[in-house]
Amino acid sequence: MALEMPTERWSGKLNTVTIGAGTRTSVVTVGGETTLPFLKFEGETPNPPVVAMEVLDVPLADIPPALAEPFGDVVNDPAAWARKCVDEFGAEMICLRFAGANPEGADKSPDECKAVLQSVLQAVGVPLIIWGCGNFEKDNNLIPVLSQAAAGERCLLGSAVQDNYKTIAACSLADGHLVIGEAPLDIQIQKQVNILLTDMGVSTENIVMYQTTGGLGYGVEYAYSIMERTRLAALSGDKMMSMPMLAVVGSECWKTKEARLSEDVAPEWGDAAVRGPIWEATTANLFLHGGADILVMWHPQAVAQVKRTISELTGEGL
Amino acid sequence: MGLTAVDIFKHLPKTNCRDCGVPTCLAFAMKVAQKQASLDDCPHVTDEAKAALAGESAPPIRLVTVGAGEKKLELGQETVLFRHENTFLRPCGLAVMLEAGLDDAAVEAKLAHFKTLEFDRVGMMLGINLVAVKSAGDAERTAAVAKKASEALGLPLILMGGSAAELAPAVAAVKDTRPLIHAATAENLDEMVALAKENGCTLVVQAADPGALCELTPKAVEAGVQDLILQTAAASAGGILQDQTVIRRAALVKKERRLGYPTLVVIDDEDPLDAATKASLAIAKYAGIVVLKNDSKPVLLAAVTARLNIYTDPQKPIQIEAKLYEVGEPTDQSPVLVTTNFSLTYFTVEGDVSASKVPTWIVVVDTEGTSVLTAWASEKFSAESIAAAIKSTGVEEKVGHRSIMLPGGVAVLKAKLEDESGWSVQVGPRESSGLPTVLRSWSPN
Repeated sequence: MALEMPTERWSGKLNTVTIGAGTRTSVVTVGGETTLPFLKFEGETPNPPVVAMEVLDVPLADIPPALAEPFGDVVNDPAAWARKCVDEFGAEMICLRFAGANPEGADKSPDECKAVLQSVLQAVGVPLIIWGCGNFEKDNNLIPVLSQAAAGERCLLGSAVQDNYKTIAACSLADGHLVIGEAPLDIQIQKQVNILLTDMGVSTENIVMYQTTGGLGYGVEYAYSIMERTRLAALSGDKMMSMPMLAVVGSECWKTKEARLSEDVAPEWGDAAVRGPIWEATTANLFLHGGADILVMWHPQAVAQVKRTISELTGEGL
Repeated sequence: MGLTAVDIFKHLPKTNCRDCGVPTCLAFAMKVAQKQASLDDCPHVTDEAKAALAGESAPPIRLVTVGAGEKKLELGQETVLFRHENTFLRPCGLAVMLEAGLDDAAVEAKLAHFKTLEFDRVGMMLGINLVAVKSAGDAERTAAVAKKASEALGLPLILMGGSAAELAPAVAAVKDTRPLIHAATAENLDEMVALAKENGCTLVVQAADPGALCELTPKAVEAGVQDLILQTAAASAGGILQDQTVIRRAALVKKERRLGYPTLVVIDDEDPLDAATKASLAIAKYAGIVVLKNDSKPVLLAAVTARLNIYTDPQKPIQIEAKLYEVGEPTDQSPVLVTTNFSLTYFTVEGDVSASKVPTWIVVVDTEGTSVLTAWASEKFSAESIAAAIKSTGVEEKVGHRSIMLPGGVAVLKAKLEDESGWSVQVGPRESSGLPTVLRSWSPN
């Protein structure tokens, strides 16, 4: 008796989301899946997941040699940094994070941030994720300035949370951008954020979900299971949970000691030059299999590995 | 995975005769399903029906053992497709490969290296579980290497070879440790099954894909070996994902008996990133045993960590021991923080403290594995419990100052904690990520 393939018939489908327009020389389309991640016998993955590389408006401080080496001096210049990520490392998007705007840090002004954004928009043609500093008050002053400076570029603006979403939603409507809806590892709050955003008039095709992430060894399983549950909800027809998901991988991984410690300090963990990239690539792979569509990453080797895996999972054959 | 009342009812006489003491057959079936009655209480149920029900009530994925004694691995009897539905029950075995064709010095070096593949994670030792000895054709050599590996490491072995003749001496040499025999194929099934049966060993059955496995496993069972582990030819990420998913789903959802066994995945990739990421895929997607050709420390560290994470029971947060922890080499003038014993909370705090490069003491309070705000809400992280932890952890003997930093989210505890403990209390950042800035400018006042 032949094996009966255990195929699930899903009623739902993920939303298809397109990022990038205006002066962008490429656009990114994600979503549209009709299967659990990459099951070819079950359904379609019309748009392979993409890798965005993260660039900060302030130099990366205190990074281990394995992460510093591939970037060299460009970490002092966001435009050059972004260009290197696209030209040399194959980034399909740039995630520009304005960490330096944080009042507890460099407290850069919205105008200074705007100049950085403009230089990056000039430097690269790929679509942008524009992420604030996380301080509500500052972001509510900053995001409108950035949004306007990039009007018409269909950037992904981050991030709208349950307690602070109105400004960012208004910016996306006014300037033609998309919004990252963020929730703290909580599927109910995520749905609530999506509802709040759509109530403001943001279309479901302009929302990407970010349910926060943890690196390997530091809560990766929470995010993995949240993603699985979210994908199952979407495939079961829940339109308010059918947005593609984003995962922040690089910054989460490179704060773990497994990625950071040198071999002198932790000889039992082996070669630090590969250990950090392994940490990041492994975390990213788990999120791919959980259902993430956009991975925000740091290390070029990890990026290359993940892109290799994505083409293996979505290309011809198995 | 018990039977439902409907499954049982189908096999009952449906006469509602009440001889079992229950008014209807359906009511009786419900009692049996809830284990409040035994099928034997029905005097009219046929032997055929009993046999059918016994078969149906067997776990959909067989429990299979590899090895013997303390280090043996129990695999299978998993019940869910997604860990959030319950939990994955039996952590997969991680194996590294030892080529029997290597010379003695190289074998010794490998074995010495394998001994280092064990990692301390806050007192928990995580490591490899098996060594896969791969025959190079010389049966006596394979036996000698297998014996040496078994004695040196005390771990169960997987013996890999193409024929029973090639593996028989090795199986005999380590028979008492119940090695896993690898692998029976369509070509050598009879002889491999005979070898496994004779030595009471579990057997890997290998075929191109799940469909082809369905042809082989009934033959092995019929020949007398029921303890099987399945392997397909898949080597790419997509192939592994598909075959592992088909096997687990068919067994659990379609009750496909022919695939109701744990699985084994061999990862041949030399590239460390490819090896580690494929291992994480196999771990997340149902593999019972993952054999890695790349045996470098970073790859195994990532693999054991991924396994720990994926097999964590989502209903039971991992706790760490409530005591005083040191980050770096703190002195009697170093800062003292307090947090809860939910492992994720602790690791996050510890990571941020490490990043600050400021040697620090961390007092960990037993909050039954709950995070700061949850523990505060349930009064497990209270002025009283923190004050008690300050006393019981002995931090007072370790530092000269009397200043402790409280997580910003529970600033409200400050005054009461000062009263209870006699320490001065500083309110730290709400998020642990703010710790480096705060610690770098910390002073006891």
